[in-house]
Amino acid sequence: MTVHEMKHAASDGARLEAVGGRLSRVDGPAKITGAAHYAVEQQLEGLAHAVMVESTVAAGTVLSIDTRAAETAPGVLLVLTPDTIIPLRTASDWFGTPPPNVPYCPLARVVTYSGQHVAAVVAETFEQAVAAAALVKVTYDETPAIVDLSDPKAGDGIPIEAMTKEWGDAQAAFAASPVRVCAAYNTPREFQAAMEPHGLIARWQGEALTIWEPSQWLDGMARTYAEWFAIPFENVRLVSPYIGGGFGSKALALAHSAVAAASAKMLGRPVKLMLTRPQNFTSYGGRAATRQTVAIGADRDGKIQSIVHRGVNETAVDGMWVEPLGSVTSIMYATPNFSSKQNVVRVNTVVPGAKRAPGENPSAFGIESAIDELAYELGIDPLEIRLRNYAEEDPHARKAWSTRQLREAFAAGAEAFGWAKRSPAPRSMRDGHHLIGWGVAAGTYPVRRAHGEAVVNILADGSVEVESSSIDMGQGTYTILAQTAAETLGVPVEQVSVKLGDSHFARAGVAGGSRLAGVMTGAVYKAASQALDELIGLAIADPRSPFHALQANTLVVRDGRIASPRGEGPELSIAELLSAVGREKIEAKGDTMPATTTAEERYKNYTTIAMSIPHTEGDYSRHSWCAHFVEVRVDEDFGTVRVSRVVSALDSGRLYNPKLAESQWKGGIIMGIGQALLEEGLVDRRHGRIVNGNLADYMIPTNADIPDIQTISVGIPDPHSSALGGKGVGELGIVGVAPAIANAVFHATGKRVRDLPITLEKLI
Amino acid sequence: MRDFSYLRADSVEAARNAAALPGAMLLAGGTTLVDLAKCGVAEPSAVIDISHIKGLDAIDVSAGRAVIGALAKMSHVADHAEIKGRFPAVSEALWQAASAQLRNMASIGGNLMQRTRCPYFRDPANFPACNKRAPGSGCSAIGGVTRGHAVLGTSEACIATYPGDLAIALVAFDAEVHLGERRLKVEDFFLAPGATAEREHDIRPGEVITAIEIPGSAAARRSTYLKVRDRQSYEFAAASAAVGLELEGDGRTIRDIRIALGGVATKPWRARAVEDALKGKTFDEATVRKASELTMEGAVDHGANHYKIELAPRVVARAILKLGETA
Repeated sequence: MTVHEMKHAASDGARLEAVGGRLSRVDGPAKITGAAHYAVEQQLEGLAHAVMVESTVAAGTVLSIDTRAAETAPGVLLVLTPDTIIPLRTASDWFGTPPPNVPYCPLARVVTYSGQHVAAVVAETFEQAVAAAALVKVTYDETPAIVDLSDPKAGDGIPIEAMTKEWGDAQAAFAASPVRVCAAYNTPREFQAAMEPHGLIARWQGEALTIWEPSQWLDGMARTYAEWFAIPFENVRLVSPYIGGGFGSKALALAHSAVAAASAKMLGRPVKLMLTRPQNFTSYGGRAATRQTVAIGADRDGKIQSIVHRGVNETAVDGMWVEPLGSVTSIMYATPNFSSKQNVVRVNTVVPGAKRAPGENPSAFGIESAIDELAYELGIDPLEIRLRNYAEEDPHARKAWSTRQLREAFAAGAEAFGWAKRSPAPRSMRDGHHLIGWGVAAGTYPVRRAHGEAVVNILADGSVEVESSSIDMGQGTYTILAQTAAETLGVPVEQVSVKLGDSHFARAGVAGGSRLAGVMTGAVYKAASQALDELIGLAIADPRSPFHALQANTLVVRDGRIASPRGEGPELSIAELLSAVGREKIEAKGDTMPATTTAEERYKNYTTIAMSIPHTEGDYSRHSWCAHFVEVRVDEDFGTVRVSRVVSALDSGRLYNPKLAESQWKGGIIMGIGQALLEEGLVDRRHGRIVNGNLADYMIPTNADIPDIQTISVGIPDPHSSALGGKGVGELGIVGVAPAIANAVFHATGKRVRDLPITLEKLI
Repeated sequence: MRDFSYLRADSVEAARNAAALPGAMLLAGGTTLVDLAKCGVAEPSAVIDISHIKGLDAIDVSAGRAVIGALAKMSHVADHAEIKGRFPAVSEALWQAASAQLRNMASIGGNLMQRTRCPYFRDPANFPACNKRAPGSGCSAIGGVTRGHAVLGTSEACIATYPGDLAIALVAFDAEVHLGERRLKVEDFFLAPGATAEREHDIRPGEVITAIEIPGSAAARRSTYLKVRDRQSYEFAAASAAVGLELEGDGRTIRDIRIALGGVATKPWRARAVEDALKGKTFDEATVRKASELTMEGAVDHGANHYKIELAPRVVARAILKLGETA
């Protein structure tokens, strides 16, 4: 889109700079020109470099660590082992659960996965540290490992009662249904593979710790550091001005973070630690591998009578991760009978973690594949069967949807895609060697809500500063908060500067679960409103103000100028007014919490996820919705699948900035294409180790794999979901992409692939 | 610290002298050497930078042959008008190799020295056993993750796939590599692992690749490179074929056909059985498909790479049939 078109598009709706305008990313020029300094690019005097030593076995005990050669290697300052690292305290988990009163050692004596950190070397230069780390000799008493869910030793796992969702008599209703489908759907271990690797710089000044580290959650990670080192929360400053992709992986302080901070304390020097690319695949968890069985019973008209769902995800030997596999299954379709249960199975892996739409993503792969199978079983159009089973309310919570524009999404997507021209039979569309298939699938993501706070300052020159410890990992926080402040205060957006990514700023919770935009626009709106009230109050009430004589009830601010609503009397710029009344600055701090909130509750709100507001709180069930329409071309000889067309219609409520929302949706869709066709952590079963832990062999899509993607916004403002009417954006886009592609592959080839990724050997 | 000496050679003669030093490795574009040094696979004691030698990047297409200097960049060769015109398979192989950034850096001589992508070869810290790196230590790949490994030319010592694209086209058209005094067929320059997996190339201490020479032919002029891979760019071949075709004056009898395979063998693999089955035959789809079945004679799979045995004959057949359509 050209600038001219942009302005035209914006003039149809909101002004470019207002909330809802298509303002380009305000941090874009700094990133493109290299002026943006990422966390680990800080240049500090006396910086030392740490390198991790990782286990080469997947299970066992460390018998000995021979550090002699490393200690005498050139430039080496410190070799850390479980015996030599300073003791730390165990930190609370992300719910804030009080930790056991036992020491924490980030270096393992008992190894539970290949790649676990067992030692570290700190040297004057990075190269010296790398060379010395290779000299550390670790011996193990190796024990048999459980490599993955299919390992015979893995067993059935642990039932997670909290995941059970049941109503009616699902088993009996399934057995009695005249039409039944039942199949197993698997997703492999996947990784976030952010472009910017994990790493940090740690510096101590007395009892104060500064950490420069890419972070999706400054306050939460600062709390962890404070607890590890038993120092006050206020003593920790976390700085994360820009983040080169997180996708869920950068919300927690991890073992290597503790090692860097501990070694900085031990040396009395700042320490930098960057994980290698392979270490990025083993130092924190990707998406857990999952197995699901979905059984749907229906009548001959395709009306669902029962859904029976069983799920399993892998977790670690020494850590619990539940990937909620029944999350979409239980709300997407109306059914009188339902049963979903889930187990987790311990295997020798790093604890799995959050990757874009944890739970909803694999859940949708199961249910949205299964309903497609039901459609073909019955000979009903896959879009039609979804409409016949449309859930008019939340079938699980039994509450009204706050807003659910899914029917509108199906209609708009089908129209733009040309779904009506579909040839129903599999293998019935062809272009030369290519079998062509069309597939549809729906997606959803809950509206996760929390509270945030923001500072809005109006300065003497009329410019505006917004400060928040929230972050921008590419989703556009800098931009939409500038738009929110500009619109609320009535100033041009160029006069607003947004400062993020410093834990000493006004506080914010995690940038995860697609909640940050809704939370922070609300907080900035509140703080900016307070600042505006104070500004207008001054203009009306201060005897030195030129407006004083007007005796007005209110004034308006537009384009940075203050005037009476009807235009009589003077007109002043904000700077002129502040000068007239002798004020240097107006400061406003706003948060979205009730006024009665205690300091302890505020701390808990920002540093844990325990105070998130349930999406089914009160009278409504709140979710974003989408429908993906996909065309694939499958080479009939080679089995290669390429996505040739995507049309997605999405309901994220009101969009704060459509340009940035579309960009996030497309990012999710692209990641979904990778998940469907390419991504898989390949485990060597003898060693329990990922062997494709690098960006050449762990495949994500290239530009050449991605067609033009059309996104259509079908959302309407949802006042139950956020202050300004938006719902979640960041995770929605990926949900449903993989089943839409698998469904299209079935339509193209007549082969149903239920194990991701859909690689050529599954179709050849 | 693994220190090494750095020497800049200003002439081929100087490069040869320096390359004879123990532990010396040549540096041209650096896309392989730097990568392998980071993995801990390459540990040169001396790095001989040949990238400043004048005149070694010339591309000369004349007198029915192409001579490509060892320092010519992959991207320059790929985009060279006469290479595209007279050796389309060579240009297409280069275009489909690596990424634009790598093609702009990597040299043609260095491309021939590209090492395998076998993940066990590339991870010495976790997999000490590798006959390529440490002769006699064993093969970690056999019994491991083998989806990308070779099915042709393997041995008990090694099943690592030759990863490149260009050399497949070179082998199809009988190209030679210039090593100073010696000139070798590219096909003979690459060595199958046998019991000596550490020897990948017939190159001796002190030898430097100076050029590649490709004889022109009617088959080279009517040629193509077909690469099948998991993703559309920046990915090694699941199976690929360089094919050249010459028909008799009748427009349907096959006079000459050249076929070489990539992505399935331990070295660039000439499919002579298919060539022999097609020479003198009438060009038609049934004949081509039947002959292509011979592509995988002697193939041995290791489970997860079995699909290559199904896939490669289809790639060969498609490439030949595509050439037939372009008469």
